[in-house]
Amino acid sequence: MTINILHLYPKEMNLYGDHGNILALTRRLEWRGYKTNVIHYEPGMEIPKDVDIIFGGGGQDSGQGKIEKDLKKIAKVLKEKIEAGVPTLLICGLYQLMGKYFETAEGQRIEGTGVLNLYTKAGPTRLIGNIVIDSEEFGEVVGYENHSGLTYLGEGLKPFGEVKIGDGNNDKDSGEGVRYKNCIGTYLHGPILPKNPKVTDFLIKTALKNKGESIDLKPLDDMIENKAHKVAASRPR
Amino acid sequence: MKHLSIFLGKSVQKLTGLKKTGGSALPGLVVEKTDPKFIGKILSKLPYGVVVVSGTNGKTTTTKVISELFEKNGLKVFTNKTGSNFVRGVISAILKNIKLTGKFDYDIAVLELDEAHAVKFSEVAPIDYALLLNVQRDQLDRFGEIDHTADLLQKIASKTKKTTILNREDPRVSKIKAKNTKFFGLSKEMLDKFPSDDDLIEKSEIKVSDQPAAVILKNLKGNTATYQIGEESESVELELKGIYNAYNVAGALALVAEVLKDKNPKELVGELKDIKSAFGRGEVLKVGDTEVEILLVKNPSAFQLSLASFADKDHDYMIAINDNIADGRDVSWLWNVDFSGLKNVKVVSGIRATDMALRLKYDNVEFGEVEEDLEKAIRKLVKSGPNKKRIFTTYTAMLEIRKIISGRSLL
Repeated sequence: MTINILHLYPKEMNLYGDHGNILALTRRLEWRGYKTNVIHYEPGMEIPKDVDIIFGGGGQDSGQGKIEKDLKKIAKVLKEKIEAGVPTLLICGLYQLMGKYFETAEGQRIEGTGVLNLYTKAGPTRLIGNIVIDSEEFGEVVGYENHSGLTYLGEGLKPFGEVKIGDGNNDKDSGEGVRYKNCIGTYLHGPILPKNPKVTDFLIKTALKNKGESIDLKPLDDMIENKAHKVAASRPR
Repeated sequence: MKHLSIFLGKSVQKLTGLKKTGGSALPGLVVEKTDPKFIGKILSKLPYGVVVVSGTNGKTTTTKVISELFEKNGLKVFTNKTGSNFVRGVISAILKNIKLTGKFDYDIAVLELDEAHAVKFSEVAPIDYALLLNVQRDQLDRFGEIDHTADLLQKIASKTKKTTILNREDPRVSKIKAKNTKFFGLSKEMLDKFPSDDDLIEKSEIKVSDQPAAVILKNLKGNTATYQIGEESESVELELKGIYNAYNVAGALALVAEVLKDKNPKELVGELKDIKSAFGRGEVLKVGDTEVEILLVKNPSAFQLSLASFADKDHDYMIAINDNIADGRDVSWLWNVDFSGLKNVKVVSGIRATDMALRLKYDNVEFGEVEEDLEKAIRKLVKSGPNKKRIFTTYTAMLEIRKIISGRSLL
């Protein structure tokens, strides 16, 4: 069986090693005997029908500017897929842009896709450093945050986790990221998936389930993953 | 006022007893606060002016190459050593070398300054010539983002009074505007061997820029580099290793040729011959009878280029990754380096040894042991077999490794 992974804007949105998330997904699928097909989505392309996992990373400002228009064109298709339960991971820039809007320091609103009921405002400082959050589903999740946008979730949306060490979404509540259907939005770089294999396996398992394969995943030896996770959680901010 | 500042600064140096350690910034801090114009007054009197080298990768070695080329041509060069590459550090270094009478006996200053500090420097001191090497992902937690770094370099260029030398092949550097710009570049053949930050994931189409370059690295075979300066080509066997050093040398040549206008460029190339890299950058240390080569890697591009130059089957490897402030707390960048094909990794070490191990695991690269303790790791590396050894290391791990190897007997 082949799992199709859609990587949104790998050229424009590839900051902070987010590409490592794709490696985490493909390797953990391959190690369990599945084939993988990574589709590098570039502006102007069409989103294929057969997509099992969606991933989008963060980018520098110039990268975000380049994709803004294109993202609007594919917003409808992305919304359909996320509503239909396609497992999706959105980091930083694409997490923000999947919301309703981003308000700059000058009060100008950059329209997002509106796929998720949340919005982001430019904050006064950059929130930078190691971050540890606690998630109901996944337990402790570790990563590295580096953002100035402050994100606020709309009614009915749950955060991905509660911040234990670090800043998270904003200055008002202790939430980090968003959890909606099978979609996770988060500020966690690191990249997030290699050191949090439970999150990776959730995306994989959900993708397989959507394809009609409801099985328990074959366990992998996660000794190094868990050790790296522990080291990351112990490091200063 | 000037003499008072010198006296004050030198007194602080004496009192704190820091004179010996060199890199301390405290005396600089005192003078910076009491006499902010001090640095500008002293440096503006140098007959050949002030040269600033900035950019993400290769500053230290390039600064060393430029300084030594000037020295070979009879100039007295004032330069800052690693660890003092910010305004205060430069003031401290001046204080150490200036006479109480105010005599500062140098012809030219060649200063390595990182992007943010170079901008601060340009506000208090003159810059006559600047060499801007590259903009790559380095310590993102300090500067925020890559585009911001390019803006900082633009600010340096805007303040440069005579000539700004730019890397033609780095799109964020080559577009920088300045009063008088010159370029250093690569031949098409060499360009293919360089991954840029933007195409680490997917190689985008590589274009040779149309801008004429003052100096071009034409090719590199083994350690023999051929440079084209104007119409002339000249080859030299470099002591410096690696493709990126050979390329930064092209920038150094362009800069020195610009300052020493009457010098025959061919001779300049010949003078590169015995120049060694800065400490911790391709330096070979000995542990007993075993040669260990230290290769500093600070960011994905540097690591990728280092792998391209130094990863072979004849060496055993150790990789040491720390995440102290000077390394950058964020180790995400390891995931933008492609390690596939790397062989003979005997040990991974440093504070983030397991992160490195994890990275190798996901590139299906086999590795020996995970040993966070650097001293134990070096011991394991040395005992791992008859091959020569190489260590890829981040900055603070490099400092520790040097101390371990040169300071104590290991075996």
